[in-house]
Amino acid sequence: MLKQIEGSRAMAEGIALCRPEVICAYPITPQTHIVERLGELVKEGDLANCEFINVESEFAALSVAIGASAAGARAYTATASQGLLFMAEAVYNASGLGLPIVMTLGNRAIGAPINIWNDHSDAMSMRDAGWLQLFAETNQEALDLHIQAFRLAEELSMPAMVCVDGFILTHAVERVDIPDQAQVDAYLPPYDPVQVLDPAEPASIGAMVGPEAFTEVRFLAHYKQTQALRLLPAYAEEFRAAFGRESGGLLRRYRTEDAALVVVAMGSVCGTIKDTIDEMRADGVAIGLVTLVAFRPFPVEALRDALAGARDVVVVEKSIAVGMGGQLATDVDAALRNLPEPPRLHSAVAGLGGRPITRRSLHRLFRQATDAPWEGTHFLDLNEQVVGREIHRTRKTRRSGPTAENLLRVLAEPAREAK
Amino acid sequence: MDEQHVATAPAEAVQKLRYYQKGTFTVGNRLVAEEERTVQASTHRSNALTCGHRACQGCGEALGARYAVDAAMRATGNNLIAVNATGCLEVFTTPYPETSWQLPWLHSLFGNAAAVATGVAAAMRVKGKPHVRVLAQGGDGGTTDIGFQCLSGMFERNDDVLYVCYDNEGYMNTGVQRSSATPPAARTATTPALGPEPGNVFGTGKSVPKIAVAHGIPYVATATVADLHDLERKVTKAMSIRGARYIQIDVPCPLGWGAPSQDTILLARLAVECGLYPIFEAEHGVVTHVRKIRRVTPVREYLKRQRRFAHLFRDGRDDPRLARLQAQCDANIREYGLVGPAGEDE
Repeated sequence: MLKQIEGSRAMAEGIALCRPEVICAYPITPQTHIVERLGELVKEGDLANCEFINVESEFAALSVAIGASAAGARAYTATASQGLLFMAEAVYNASGLGLPIVMTLGNRAIGAPINIWNDHSDAMSMRDAGWLQLFAETNQEALDLHIQAFRLAEELSMPAMVCVDGFILTHAVERVDIPDQAQVDAYLPPYDPVQVLDPAEPASIGAMVGPEAFTEVRFLAHYKQTQALRLLPAYAEEFRAAFGRESGGLLRRYRTEDAALVVVAMGSVCGTIKDTIDEMRADGVAIGLVTLVAFRPFPVEALRDALAGARDVVVVEKSIAVGMGGQLATDVDAALRNLPEPPRLHSAVAGLGGRPITRRSLHRLFRQATDAPWEGTHFLDLNEQVVGREIHRTRKTRRSGPTAENLLRVLAEPAREAK
Repeated sequence: MDEQHVATAPAEAVQKLRYYQKGTFTVGNRLVAEEERTVQASTHRSNALTCGHRACQGCGEALGARYAVDAAMRATGNNLIAVNATGCLEVFTTPYPETSWQLPWLHSLFGNAAAVATGVAAAMRVKGKPHVRVLAQGGDGGTTDIGFQCLSGMFERNDDVLYVCYDNEGYMNTGVQRSSATPPAARTATTPALGPEPGNVFGTGKSVPKIAVAHGIPYVATATVADLHDLERKVTKAMSIRGARYIQIDVPCPLGWGAPSQDTILLARLAVECGLYPIFEAEHGVVTHVRKIRRVTPVREYLKRQRRFAHLFRDGRDDPRLARLQAQCDANIREYGLVGPAGEDE
């Protein structure tokens, strides 16, 4: 059914259709509306046979989900940013135990300085935690990915994170097709756990493992992720056949056929990038886009195929490995490494802490990649004047004070002067 | 021969006994009515924590866990799932690929056992198996320190979990460091017996049983491996109740306390008899029963048997801080009414 609906509420309705049995809720912006709506659905009885538990922290949220999942229940929770970091130990634990929990991540920056707006730093902080990580481009895909995530997670017995851009998707009201229960039931079978706590068949789960088997346990987790590389396209295809729309898979190509310049990005920014590409195509620039849906597992081969014909690749990402550069760029670089004639890779960090990524800036960035390529990592729309002043000031004064507050003061100065 | 009550149970549940060996305060199982005998006396006991584990000789925690979990299994007809915090109990029972647990058992992390147990209980409800109950267990570090937030959350939501804390008063698994359950003056690796104020600092630490009582949960009890019958009775009672329940058991650690393995029960008994470890029960925020001290013992008798307190007895002299510990015992005795006329404890 088509609805004009907020992204969070649409996701909540889609998640409810997956018949979760235990939902752990803890508020953190910008995911909160999702669990709020799920709470309503449980209270109203629309989501039956579901335990909705208001926990005291994100660490508890995922821990409750771990217990529920190990005891055979379909478990769901949602978080963002600091919340993901606060539950970090449990994030690794859930995957180490092989528990198919599905979690929405309302992507948000990580402090300090505290910032509630969107970027992908939170997802990147857990990129090696053993979870499947799928990025949604639109609210429709955000809803659809949850349905696929439950199926994939439970098939492989490993947890899945659906990454949804905070505010840009979670709080945007747009048209979403909400499937009906019968469609979802036909696509997503009931949870049939591979391991379960059962007094009839007592098993110990979570034993201490030493050097004699730890490598093998980790190898098998990695192997399962490679299985997901095969299952993701298959499930996306099944999804298309059943629901009549494209969602999920490993990656999507947009106008890449003859593209000399290919952009790689994840999440909602791909919409703006597509608009930019259309405009540049109209000007005769051979440019295309690869939208990564699967970040973990990282689709090395599919990406290599998609980028093999390009002369330049620009990675636009909303996160930064401080001291290294773009994280997604590093992974893309690994995919290109063994090509006989690899394209030149250009890494750009954009949209940190919710800074808008505009078509105007993207036009400039993409042209610069071919005309005047930069070294290292490019920070899109960096205010170089402010940065320069701060560097100068901290060199001059030992007790230079807190950086973030100083920057804000500098930015406020023109306004003060205008008065 | 004295005629007394078994001193630990409420009057209505108590069988009148004769102590055949005057002065010992011990009663063999054969003198107790069959239905009151310890679970361990039954050939049908579940052996939840079976032999072959790697606990140290004289480990109070292994003893307490075996009695607690077996009693809980009997009370639930073996419909029990255990969740374990990281710690000695987890490590010595499940070195891969072996396990000593004869019941479904899950170890997730150090600080989240209470929350994981909440999840298991929720799963049992939603799966239509409310008769399957959940027991979470951990040491004092996993309970009073790192697991405290999850514990308090579980209490506050009144989740249907029995949480058992095996309190050996320190981080023994990591090599005997201080926890918030470490008593004042005790030497640990992080409160060394050095300087003008050797050992753990006075005026620190917290009573999680009291904090549990403050949550108003249906049942809170302290227990000791010196009175395993009482421990079993408390576990059985806890399993007859729905909602959040907390039992904290004093479990001496020969390694951490610096005491001979054969003194585990003796030390546990002295801890009670000196007043340092009050044994009580509370229901819905109100203390309902206190185990009276049979023979009040000076705290120095308890302390002097442990190397962690050796600095209090240096050069054959009693350290003045012994008086502070005795004052703490006396305060406990007054607060809980631990001393009274014989038989008043019923």
